[in-house]
Amino acid sequence: MPGEADRPRRLLPGAATPYLLVLPAAAYLALFVLYPMVQAVRLGVTDAQGAWTLEHVRRMASDLYFWPAVRYTLLVTALAVPLQVALALCIALLVNTRFPGHTAFLYVCAIPLAVSDLAAGLIWLSLFTERGYLNAALVQWGVLRSPFNFLSYEHPAWLVGAIVTTEVWRATAIVMVVLVAGLQLLPRDYVETAAVFGANRWQTLRHVLLPLLRPSLQTALIIRTVLAFQLFATVVTLSGRLVPVLAGETYFWYSLYRNPHVASVYATLVLLLSALFTWVYLRTLRPEGEGA
Amino acid sequence: MTVRRVGVYAAALLLSAWVLLPILLIALAAATPREDLYRWPRPLWPDRLSLETLAFFVRQESVLAALGNSLVVAALTIALAILLSAPAGYALARHRFRGREAVQLGILATKMFPATALAVPLAVAFLRWGLYDTLLGVALVHTALSVPFVTLIVASVFRGVPAELEEAAMSLGASRVGAFVRVTLPMALPGLAAAAIFTFILSWNEVFAATLLTVNHRTLPALLVHSVVAEGAPLHYRYAGGFFLVLPALVIIFLIRRYLLTLWGVTVR
Repeated sequence: MPGEADRPRRLLPGAATPYLLVLPAAAYLALFVLYPMVQAVRLGVTDAQGAWTLEHVRRMASDLYFWPAVRYTLLVTALAVPLQVALALCIALLVNTRFPGHTAFLYVCAIPLAVSDLAAGLIWLSLFTERGYLNAALVQWGVLRSPFNFLSYEHPAWLVGAIVTTEVWRATAIVMVVLVAGLQLLPRDYVETAAVFGANRWQTLRHVLLPLLRPSLQTALIIRTVLAFQLFATVVTLSGRLVPVLAGETYFWYSLYRNPHVASVYATLVLLLSALFTWVYLRTLRPEGEGA
Repeated sequence: MTVRRVGVYAAALLLSAWVLLPILLIALAAATPREDLYRWPRPLWPDRLSLETLAFFVRQESVLAALGNSLVVAALTIALAILLSAPAGYALARHRFRGREAVQLGILATKMFPATALAVPLAVAFLRWGLYDTLLGVALVHTALSVPFVTLIVASVFRGVPAELEEAAMSLGASRVGAFVRVTLPMALPGLAAAAIFTFILSWNEVFAATLLTVNHRTLPALLVHSVVAEGAPLHYRYAGGFFLVLPALVIIFLIRRYLLTLWGVTVR
């Protein structure tokens, strides 16, 4: 599919046709993506009368939850993303050995693609909660004498650990898809050539496969990083507001405090972080000769 | 050689267990009688399995309504997203035109766009437009989130249908529209169905915008977030809710397992 992307087409000679075909989608995205984007910034810096003010920004910055939210969002991202990439790489390399049954293995690893952050949070809650499976097992096997509360404010490290575990479980699949696709595109004879010159498996991986896979690795890394700033339901289901995150604060300011202005400043911050990383993405990863 | 093979299988089994075990456990939790969930010491395997927790969950009026809302929103989103994206995808697949690069860049940029940033300003705008707390409003946001992905999927679907066939039909006297409807469209239908399924999963799973945009007409994820955060719903309710969210996704992903990689692969390119 991707190879024949840019073959010149002769159908539909009317010069206006492609523009007419693209127009509805473009207009729609302008109204429902571009306009709200501008609106988010505007709501953040104007008061109810429409006059300019930095009041909302100040209110956000002086809020008790603000800096923890920034810290935890970045912390969870910094912990989860490398783990996701590493685990996805293991899966992709295993699939690439084409062992009998590798397609079934691939399906299984792809299942979390269809699991939402909310569902993932609730699933792992059943393990991590005080009377959950983890405690039941640890007590039964004699590791613990009484259940340990993994999800309490007294143990923020365990809370973050539970959130990172859930995020790794849920979002490794999308990274894996990128890497499996990337591996499939690599010419087989590179590996064979390396073997001919006496490279062992580890050397082949380190010096041949990984460098060739770099574009895919970068794509995966950045897609995951950008999506990680939207971290919300996993955190809310596992920790409530014990671990504040940026998207969670957006929700609390809008739904709980009924303050769309401060919520908009948070939204704008998420937007800026995402835009920053998208920009980095476009700068470093300009797709080489690739169509869509 | 055999040692290596054993290693490969052991790793594959371990990773499969890592993915599957939590899902089996939530299913088990949802099928465990309530008193067993709160008993301590908690048995790893319940004395008996029962459907009472799930039945309790489904029998709630709010859950049934939310389930219906989720399905309506998903259906509206699929219709709108395909309607908007199919022409755009076709243009990308079949035409070279000035500004094509810009369109592709625009898709790439909007794809990265967080629902988190859109939901608040849209909620404010929807209050003015009379769309706040309506299923159509949620569907409009879900459509905005899916259009970039669906356009990419549709473009790759149409690329898979040889343009020569369309040309041949036209040289045999079919009109341009006729050639599209009678030759290209039937061949593209399975791909378009896959795009619809992708959209369903996106909409069914979307939490943040649905939560912010609804009060009385919540979708299932929005209802669950509200019950957990605002009402402190009991554990068995949460387990049943989690299981109920995953179930349709599992069924669907099993049905389309063959196209899974291609489908998601197109969207992350």
